[in-house]
Amino acid sequence: MVPSPPGVAALFIGFFTIGARGFGGVLPWAHRAIVEERKWLTATEFGEVLGLCQFLPGGNIMNVSIAVGARFRGAPGAVAAFLGLMAAPVAVVVALGAVYDQYAEHPVVRRAFAGLAAAASAFVLAASLKIAAPLRGRWLAIALTAVTFVATAVFRVPLQLAMPVLAVLSILVLWRFET
Amino acid sequence: MSENLIRLCLLFGQLSLLAFGGANTILPDMQRQIVDVHHMMDAHTFAALFALAQAAPGPNLMVVSLIGWNVAGLSGAVFSILCIAGPSSVLTFLVARVWQRFRDAPWRKAVQNGLLPVTGGLLISSAALLIRSTTLDWSLGLLTAAATVLLLTTKVHPMPVLVGAAALGAVGVVG
Repeated sequence: MVPSPPGVAALFIGFFTIGARGFGGVLPWAHRAIVEERKWLTATEFGEVLGLCQFLPGGNIMNVSIAVGARFRGAPGAVAAFLGLMAAPVAVVVALGAVYDQYAEHPVVRRAFAGLAAAASAFVLAASLKIAAPLRGRWLAIALTAVTFVATAVFRVPLQLAMPVLAVLSILVLWRFET
Repeated sequence: MSENLIRLCLLFGQLSLLAFGGANTILPDMQRQIVDVHHMMDAHTFAALFALAQAAPGPNLMVVSLIGWNVAGLSGAVFSILCIAGPSSVLTFLVARVWQRFRDAPWRKAVQNGLLPVTGGLLISSAALLIRSTTLDWSLGLLTAAATVLLLTTKVHPMPVLVGAAALGAVGVVG
């Protein structure tokens, strides 16, 4: 049932395919490649790794590459999985950046970008509403969300200050006053 | 290394360990530092690069690479991604070994629960700041609103939404 654990090269290649296919979100591809295709982890194990990676700071899928690589081959495995994940996206982004630099002033390209950017804003708005939805009815949590918004969007408090203060405040307040 | 690239690396290195909830929660601070404090680009370019990164394959954090490219070329793209990923990756590497012990600890649930409103507030900030720089006229605002409703109420894949929005812009229906 369990195939032999992947080597460093297999980790690089596996995560390369995840990064290269990850249009519009990498996570579903990561699940498909790691659990269904290569069977490196069971669905439960993948869920546990993902839970850790969402809990820690940093890009979720980058953290997944580090954790999965480390699990099978230690530090070299983590580095290989991370580099595999990033290789294709960095190449694509650099190519897109070069094209953008060249044609940014062209009227049609500029208008296409205005539309694209409006849709990209919608992605972030939709994501934020999805995150906030479970807070409905929890007035303390909603107040803490509002304080975070006002501090960072209106007063532009630096994140280096806002994150530790708000995180500690939020953790203590919700732990003490919410059941 | 140019002065701006060193500045970017320091910025991304600091933001790495603050990026609870992924890349989009650090957008407000990235925009504040890159656009408002250091004037490396204007808010419109920042939003355009973010949009470009959304349309490209790969993690959400690719916007960091694109900003690096815009500021300092190829080395900018590579160093930026290494700086944003470095500190958080080391942390993940270390914690992954001992995670089993803490997975069901009560304090872990309290921390995760407490971080949620902060992450949510930061994401709403990101959305507000992005919308302010992408809503160049009412038709683009309408497009953002329509796309948001579409994403929230259907299971549509992100790609057609991005391509459709770009096409509407290109032919002059919006913008």
